[in-house]
Amino acid sequence: MRRATLDALVAARRERRTVALVTELGTGAQHLADAAGARTGVEPAGNGEIFTHVFRPTPRLIVVGAVHIAQKLVPLARLADFAVTVVDPRAAFASAERFPDVGLSHDWPDKAVTALSPDSATAIVTLTHDPKLDDPALIVALRSSAFYVGALGSRKTHGRRIERLTAEGFDDAAISRIRAPIGLPIGALSPGEIAVSIMAEIVAARHGRTLQEVRV
Amino acid sequence: MTVLPENDDVLAVLDRAAGWLDTGQPVALATVVQTWGSSPRPVGSQMAISGDGRFEGSVSGGCVEGAVVEAGQAAMADGKPRLLTFGVSDGEAWAVGLACGGTVRIYVEPVTAS
Repeated sequence: MRRATLDALVAARRERRTVALVTELGTGAQHLADAAGARTGVEPAGNGEIFTHVFRPTPRLIVVGAVHIAQKLVPLARLADFAVTVVDPRAAFASAERFPDVGLSHDWPDKAVTALSPDSATAIVTLTHDPKLDDPALIVALRSSAFYVGALGSRKTHGRRIERLTAEGFDDAAISRIRAPIGLPIGALSPGEIAVSIMAEIVAARHGRTLQEVRV
Repeated sequence: MTVLPENDDVLAVLDRAAGWLDTGQPVALATVVQTWGSSPRPVGSQMAISGDGRFEGSVSGGCVEGAVVEAGQAAMADGKPRLLTFGVSDGEAWAVGLACGGTVRIYVEPVTAS
C-alpha cells in the first residue's frame, strides 16, 4: 500500500464516506474505487485473485434524554463500536460529569439531531419520557435514513405517540419504523438491563436480523 | 455542541500506521481477506505492524498475531506482499494455535512512502 492510499482511507473515514480498496493479491497492485454496489470479498481474476475491501463508516448512536438509562447505554454502545452523542437541553442532565467521554448537545432535540445529519449508519433513541423533547427528535429521525429509531415508553404511551405523529402527517409505514416499547423482550427492569435490551436490538437491526432470528 | 469523540477501531489502526510512518518507522498492514468455519475476526479486520514489532488491531482472537507480526517484518524487509493461511489443516498453523477450528487467509503488505 502506498502512503497516499493510506492517507486517502483515513480521510474518507474521518468524513464518513464509504470507499472500496481493490487489491490484486498476487502483485499487490491497488487502487481506491467507487463503493457503490461493491461487496467485501475475494474474487478470482485471470490467473490471480482480487480482494475488494469496502470501508463503511463506523455506526453512530444519538441518545435523546440524558437520563439514568442513557448513562448505562452510552458505555455499552461504545463497547459495540458506536460513536455516541447525547442530546438533552437540560444542562443538569446532560453534564460532562454524568457523561464523560461522549459528545453532548444542549440544543433542542430537533435542532440537535438535524445538525448531526443522521445517515443509514445512525441509530437514534429517545429516552426522555417527555413528548415535548422526544417528539421533535422522532420527527427528524423518521425523515432520515437512520437504520434504527427506538422510543422508550409503554404500549399506552406509544399509542398516544402514534396519534401525535399521525397528526404531524406521518403514515403507518413511517411510524412503524419506531421500535416501541424499545429493546428486546428480555425482562429488563433496571436501567442497566434496559440498556442491554436496547443495545441488543440496535445490533440486531444493524445486521438486518429480525426478532425471530435473534431468538433462535 | 461538544465534539463527538471518535470510537473507530478501523481508523485507530490506519491512524497508528500513519503515525509510525511519520516517525520514520517502516510499517506493514495485515488484512483478513477470507475465512472458513468459525473465525474470531471477520473479513476486513486489520492490524498495523511497525518495524520495531509493535502492533495495533487484530486479525484473530490473538492466536496468530505473533506469526503475522513476523510476516509483516519480512514484508517490510523485501518490500513484497504475502498471503498467509492459518487453519487446522496446516500443521504449522495448528502449532501457532487457531484454536477455534476455523481457517483464515491474511494478506500482509508493506506500506511504502511513495
